[in-house]
Amino acid sequence: MIEAENLTKYYGTFLAIDDVSFEVGKGEIVGFLGPNGAGKTTTMRILSGFMPPTSGTARVAGHDIHSQSLEARKCIGYLPETVPIYKDMTVEGFLRFYGKIRGMDKRRRESRIQEVMQLCRIEGYARTYIHKLSKGYRQLVGVSQAILHEPDVLILDEPTIGIDPRQVVQIRQLIKDLGQEHTVIISTHILAEVSMICERIMIMDHGKIMAVDSAENLSQRLKGAQKIEIEVKGPAESIASRLRDVKGVFEVTIEGSGDQRKFAVECAPGEDIRDELASAVVESGFSLLGLKSYEMSVEDIFLKLTNREEN
Amino acid sequence: MVRNTLAIAGREFRVYFGSPPAYLITAVFLVITGYGFGWTSVTYMETTIQGFLGWGSFFLLFLGPALTMRLFAEEEKMGTIELLMTSPVRDIEVVLGKYLASLGTLLMMLAITLYYPLLLAWFGDPDWGPIASGYLGIFLIGAVFLSIGIFSSTLTSNQIVAYVVGSAIVLVLWFIGQAAGVAGDKVGVVFRYISISSYFPAFGRGIIDTNALIYFLSIIAVFLFLTIRSLETRRWR
Ligand SMILES: Nc1ncnc2c1ncn2[C@@H]1O[C@H](COP(=O)(O)OP(=O)(O)O)[C@@H](O)[C@H]1O
Ligand SMILES: [Mg+2]
Repeated sequence: MIEAENLTKYYGTFLAIDDVSFEVGKGEIVGFLGPNGAGKTTTMRILSGFMPPTSGTARVAGHDIHSQSLEARKCIGYLPETVPIYKDMTVEGFLRFYGKIRGMDKRRRESRIQEVMQLCRIEGYARTYIHKLSKGYRQLVGVSQAILHEPDVLILDEPTIGIDPRQVVQIRQLIKDLGQEHTVIISTHILAEVSMICERIMIMDHGKIMAVDSAENLSQRLKGAQKIEIEVKGPAESIASRLRDVKGVFEVTIEGSGDQRKFAVECAPGEDIRDELASAVVESGFSLLGLKSYEMSVEDIFLKLTNREEN
Repeated sequence: MVRNTLAIAGREFRVYFGSPPAYLITAVFLVITGYGFGWTSVTYMETTIQGFLGWGSFFLLFLGPALTMRLFAEEEKMGTIELLMTSPVRDIEVVLGKYLASLGTLLMMLAITLYYPLLLAWFGDPDWGPIASGYLGIFLIGAVFLSIGIFSSTLTSNQIVAYVVGSAIVLVLWFIGQAAGVAGDKVGVVFRYISISSYFPAFGRGIIDTNALIYFLSIIAVFLFLTIRSLETRRWR
């Protein structure tokens, strides 16, 4: 559905995205994950046809975004990062206008307007001026605009930023549902969000794609895919060094302070060494207060890949 | 093509008449032109609309850039331009749609002033030729000012800046004719040739000169073309 080849964008002399290539298949939900300034918005603006890349090409639904821009744009529903607010339009008027310029005939337009307002649960605000709505509702208006013409591809730039938690949940569920019928790209800098919504994650930083994989595979690919958290009472340094001696342990980090510490133990995937760790602690005469095993979260992987671990 | 243009024009037109400033500007326009019309009619006992044309054209110098300043600057500022320009519409459709809306507004304002000639007909027996051509003339210079204003609106996200730039271009094109006298013969001819004000008075006397029509339409075409180019280049910035 989306094929991006070697996209590069300079703002003046500033390199915002650097040789970005990826593909998104039909019906996939893909997340762009990266800190602010990573180049997510730039990439999405290029795909949506808002601005051309400095070099590289992309195709959306088989249409080249440059030479067949109008056809490509017809297949896209786009929610820009700054949610478009026409000061002087009601929700319904806004949707009607965008239905018109996307070439929807009157009957389909009017029925779709009612449908998307119900889907996004904003039908109660049909006659309200958009600038009077809260940020969350504006975002929902933005989403309903994007899906109005039933596009093949949805490009949503930070759809849940800065809105209240209840609506975040609603929007996430909505995007998940939309993913059943549409190809969706969303961008976010919230790690929990992508792992919740997306089937595939592209991690971006400094204008480059650092990793592309499913949430599960990404954790597998990394060393120390398993993480065990142990809570022990006693002198931190000697406990840590004792834990490091256990077979299969890669790394031990001490968390917290005082004499009741937590230790994060990274170990080889696939082996359960909780037994060994517990015995090691007890045999050394320390008291074991707790022990839990985790899959490494997207967050940990993200920090590792983008080297933002060092405080 | 036509459908998109009309959809955009319709939206903009509704914005104009949904905003209090539009009514204020229209009211001021009526007061000023009404004063001009009344003053000349009473003073010279003329049954012409010369007073209206003189004061009206002067007012349009300021009105044109004011009516158009928000057309693109506001979309840029509010970020709505991103949605508009990623919709399946051509740049030319967007520009023509917005331009049509501003022309429509101008027409509405001129239509209200039609009661001046009606008054003349009530009290006397005016010559309709110059009145018709006068209206055509004032509409055309208004159309020129609007095309200049819409161009300057694409240059910035600040409406005030758009207004200042638009007014500057309009005033230069208007008053450069007056500078012709002091500019010497050769340059003076050129100045007079490119100045809007050299073409306007003939319309008030009932003369529709083909050169004048060509001149006005070319200036409009040039500025609309520049507007489209300016939109294109903003994508590349
Ligand atoms: N219009 C612009 N002009 C100059 N620099 C820009 C512009 N837009 C974005 N940038 C820069 O490009 C980089 C990538 O920005 P962006 O794509 O918005 O990142 P993200 O959406 O991941 O936060 C940032 O460093 C940003 O400052
Ligand atoms: Mg962004």
